[in-house]
Amino acid sequence: MTEQGVTSVVLVGVGGQGILLGSEIIAEAALLAGFEVKTNEVHGMAQRGGSVIAQIRYGREVFGPLVPVGSAQVLASLEKIEALRFHRFLAPDGVAVVSKQEIVPVTVSGGKATYPQDADQRLERVFPRLLCVDALEIAERLGSPRSANVVVLGALSGYLALDNAIWEEAMRLRVKPQFLDVNLQAFSAGQELAR
Amino acid sequence: MEKKILSGNEAIARGAYEAGVNLAVGYPGTPSTEILENMSRFKDEVYCEWSPNEKVAFEVAAGASLSAARCLVTMKHVGLNVAADPLMTLAYTGVVGGFVACVADDPGMHSSQNEQDTRHFARFAKVPLLEPSDSQEAYDFMKLGIELSEKFTIPVILRSTTRISHSRGQVVLGKRQEAERPIGFEKDPPRFVPVPVWGRKMRIRLEEKLEKMRALVNRHPANRIEWRERKLGIVASGIAYQYAREVFPEASVLKLGWSFPFADDLIREFCSGVEQVLVVEELEDILEEHIRALGIDCIGKEVVPAIGELSTDVLLASRARLEGRQATEPQTSVLPEVEDLPARPPVLCAGCPHRAVFYALGRFDVVVTGDIGCYSLGTFDPLNRIDTILCMGGGVSMAHGMDRAGDPRPVVGIVGDSTFFHSGITGLLDIAYNRGGSTTIVLDNRTTAMTGHQCNPGTGTTLMGEKVQAASIEAIGKACGIENVVTLDPYKMEDCMDVLKQAIESPEAWLIVVRAACPLHARKKLGSTLRVDEGRCIACGKCLNLGCPAIEGGGGKPRVNPLLCSGCGMCRQVCPVDAFVDGEEACHD
Repeated sequence: MTEQGVTSVVLVGVGGQGILLGSEIIAEAALLAGFEVKTNEVHGMAQRGGSVIAQIRYGREVFGPLVPVGSAQVLASLEKIEALRFHRFLAPDGVAVVSKQEIVPVTVSGGKATYPQDADQRLERVFPRLLCVDALEIAERLGSPRSANVVVLGALSGYLALDNAIWEEAMRLRVKPQFLDVNLQAFSAGQELAR
Repeated sequence: MEKKILSGNEAIARGAYEAGVNLAVGYPGTPSTEILENMSRFKDEVYCEWSPNEKVAFEVAAGASLSAARCLVTMKHVGLNVAADPLMTLAYTGVVGGFVACVADDPGMHSSQNEQDTRHFARFAKVPLLEPSDSQEAYDFMKLGIELSEKFTIPVILRSTTRISHSRGQVVLGKRQEAERPIGFEKDPPRFVPVPVWGRKMRIRLEEKLEKMRALVNRHPANRIEWRERKLGIVASGIAYQYAREVFPEASVLKLGWSFPFADDLIREFCSGVEQVLVVEELEDILEEHIRALGIDCIGKEVVPAIGELSTDVLLASRARLEGRQATEPQTSVLPEVEDLPARPPVLCAGCPHRAVFYALGRFDVVVTGDIGCYSLGTFDPLNRIDTILCMGGGVSMAHGMDRAGDPRPVVGIVGDSTFFHSGITGLLDIAYNRGGSTTIVLDNRTTAMTGHQCNPGTGTTLMGEKVQAASIEAIGKACGIENVVTLDPYKMEDCMDVLKQAIESPEAWLIVVRAACPLHARKKLGSTLRVDEGRCIACGKCLNLGCPAIEGGGGKPRVNPLLCSGCGMCRQVCPVDAFVDGEEACHD
């Protein structure tokens, strides 16, 4: 029942991982490519280390900013179990791009819950099309652990039909100049993984 | 023609700038905060300020408007409760310079304590209501708001919601146009002084304005009929319009952008042109009730939920109910791989100075009346140290109420610095004046943190970027008449414990100012990154009671996540065996 020709991307992770920037860059890229774009992000209370989600939709005509369940072409997660938590948004033939980073929630530290030891196997079972990436490790190698979000962005770009030049221009528009170089490197490192 | 991707909040700021707004004020509150933050980018041409609270902000804008300035005042939905007093009577006196109150609702309560519907306030105050459905309309309606406000000399409410304010979309930009009328108040007491003799006339004039607006609202382009199939006709406003278009692509739609005063003629025309009318509105059944009152049969809350926010998914289920089908929500069956996932609630950040106070309070049998801010997170495991929250400033006054009711336990009221300036001072004055015995703790982290670090009277900076004298919480406490005023460094946990004990056991009122800058805002580490010396750690779990996200537990000995650790050293102070030692510097940036 949702609009024809709308591409939906869902970006999830833990508050503070840089989901917002990722969402802004995708939106900018889609706009540069001539699409109508709508995005939605979580602000305020939800950002203090809780689960966060950003939604991006683009196409010829887009109405609602929220991604309907089961319709996202790509679900990208900056943390393992957050990919599982938000799996419902992914279309049956969609791709999950998941950073191998594990962040232990306070509920686990407090002994009220456990972090699933079999998270990797669960990801394989839930997502028929899955790309796991060492985003943090790559970002640390580049000397900028905070660019792990952009490594994941690079990887997910491989599943969206937007030109490389457009991604670069979008990064230029949205990333602070002093961090641009390292983030362009992080992006292409991510792209390599999706090949 | 410049086209940009803007959030709804950015679009409102841009629209206000182009509408020639001279003064923009407000109090931070999710989801409205970024409007004024973006407005301050135009501070060379627009005076911007964070006021101590929404009532003050509203009155500042009211005064400026009477001096013929164009004004924007911003707040979240609950902020309008605080500003309701000036709103109700400004509707009577009317305005001179364009006056738009942008109020952002939070359906679904993503970051709020209730989900009240601001549309009620427009009808209550008898002022026009504009409801944008995307960023472009947020921008357009801001400009329209100034225009309508000046045309009818009345304050206008621009109602946003979380999914308008925090969604991004394209906006076509224009140029700034300033008012022709010069700034300057023209004295006219019968117009601006609502003493009964003149107020009664204002009351009549307000109804006359509404009558004039009713004539215009039926043919205004902000309200439009989109004829498609005539079988089903949908009436919608705000974000609900977008979901309706997505889920009912074949249906005719009456889209209401200027939704109060009600466009009765347009509603009648639309409803008589379709076989069945469905009202799709988020939260309350305001349009539905009115359409029924017009004697028109319609469907609304029988199929569209009145609780929580709408979405395409929610409306798909509504469509199924409307058509008598079982709601088939895709993939709702919970997979075994996800049903036991640990919850990840928001937490106080690593290094947060509030943590020490909650940890210390955990040692006493007291009732803690909390307030609105980051510190409301002290409610949850493992800190568990807030017992009540009501509203801004309520933590201070409620403590006094419990104390005066004779509660057998000592009562501690907790409030943040910005909340103290917002509406905690009057509560403290009450405690001093009426000789209460509760303890008031001001968690002064030198910023309005929860909403993203705005300045407040205590920070010594303004939204215009000026350095100013910071208001002293201690001096205010003393001026109120509190005799026991103490300042604490929360990173010295033993001192906190000692002072708290003294205050709690004392029959007198105490004001404890716990002062340390929010590390997230200061953007600097408090000490070297720590690690757990596994040889020394006895896995007692005491450090985990701090609820610090940098200390990862869950069986065995805890670990420090070097990416999160701020080096605050609280874990060092609670560890009985000195297991926390300086670790590698892991953060490279």
